[in-house]
Amino acid sequence: MRQEFHDELDALQQEILRMGTIVVQRLSEAVRSLAQGDLDLAQQIVEGDDEVDRMQADIDTRSLALIATQQPLASDLRMLGTAIKVGVDLERMSDHATDIAKVVLRLDAEPLMKPLVDIPRMAEIDQRMIQECLKSFVNRDASQARDTMKLDDEVDHLYGQVLRELLTFMIEDPKKVHQAAHLILVSQYLERVGDHATNLGEGIVFMVTGERVDLNR
Amino acid sequence: MTQPKIEVDQLNLYYGPTRALKDVTISFPPTMVTAIVGPSGCGKSSFLRTLDRMNDLLPNSRVTGHVLLDGEEIYESMDVALLRKRVGMVFQKPNPFPRSIYDNIAFGPRIHGMKKESQVREVVERSLRQAALWDEVKDMLTKSAYNLSGGQQQRLCIARALAVEPEVLLMDEPASALDPIATARIEELVSELKERYTIIIVTHNLQQAARVSERVGFFLHGECVESGPTKDLFTAPKDKRTEDYLTGRFG
Repeated sequence: MRQEFHDELDALQQEILRMGTIVVQRLSEAVRSLAQGDLDLAQQIVEGDDEVDRMQADIDTRSLALIATQQPLASDLRMLGTAIKVGVDLERMSDHATDIAKVVLRLDAEPLMKPLVDIPRMAEIDQRMIQECLKSFVNRDASQARDTMKLDDEVDHLYGQVLRELLTFMIEDPKKVHQAAHLILVSQYLERVGDHATNLGEGIVFMVTGERVDLNR
Repeated sequence: MTQPKIEVDQLNLYYGPTRALKDVTISFPPTMVTAIVGPSGCGKSSFLRTLDRMNDLLPNSRVTGHVLLDGEEIYESMDVALLRKRVGMVFQKPNPFPRSIYDNIAFGPRIHGMKKESQVREVVERSLRQAALWDEVKDMLTKSAYNLSGGQQQRLCIARALAVEPEVLLMDEPASALDPIATARIEELVSELKERYTIIIVTHNLQQAARVSERVGFFLHGECVESGPTKDLFTAPKDKRTEDYLTGRFG
């Protein structure tokens, strides 16, 4: 019964996965463009944001249309509510990839004061969180979503570490303030991505179980 | 929580050897609308009829368990005529009597001993106003009720039920034979009536249940699977069977 409707839900889910995959890739490339001072790549990332915006609008429109025409209830309704929310969080994460790329353009291939260590680690954990959340979304696995959200503590921890380190650089040598301040921005963007990934997890737990959880404290 | 208006505990209904209701337990808080939903043949209408003992009229029917109205057993010493005065029923198809609009409403009060015509007239006007029908029929009270449209006839039946001042109103798919505009009027009316009455409405229209009710009971194969606040049950039901029914992954 309602086969057509459930096919549409599946198609919507595919679209969310596609969007998530693109966002993961954009974050990875943003941090790579920073590490390598690759201005061309940074420029591509800035330009690629429009596609993600369009995907978010599409997910939003399709979800609302299904609510209007199918009047879903129970888990179907929760799935559509979550789809809208996941679309918004993924779009925000994509914006942060753009923010990082803009920092790269502003630094204009200036050599980094030291090789990046913690910032790529933050980005890796962010990407892992998004990927695991998308898996738990497809598998309707609330416990996997909960486990994934715990990774955000690690991102927060690294953020504190980056901040302290860069503040020390700035105090020691005022010439490093310009670059250090920009790297602090990058680490803050990555910290926010972790919070958005946690939102994904919360949405998925609600979608699967109907329970509200708040793991961003 | 305040005392329920109606409390049903371990209710079973048999038609001969067939067990139509199985250990139904559900309670209805006062001045609220509770919707009973479920697929065809799940026992929702049978259940509604046990609440004013309409099934008594069927041969071979038998009821076990408890139905309490304000804490009092309706299947023991309670007078059936009195029970049906306190618990009114509106059916799926409008069923006005083949008489004038006025007499349709006056019928109940007169049967219950109201003699003074001035008093009866007052009840007729009040009931028709409560059923949001007065303005449409006040100049044609002596005309046959059959002159009214389907939606008007249904509101007339509601007015007729209200005329004997019931405490509970049972409605068995009251809008299923009506067009969307007449349906909207009935739903609006239900929202107004819940200020004073406890309303139990059977419907197979989930959107209608979502619109009009504060609580929902889901019935399946003669069982009350789950009941609770409408917004909880429709967004996050606890039972898998409710989930399957609401999402149409069923049958």
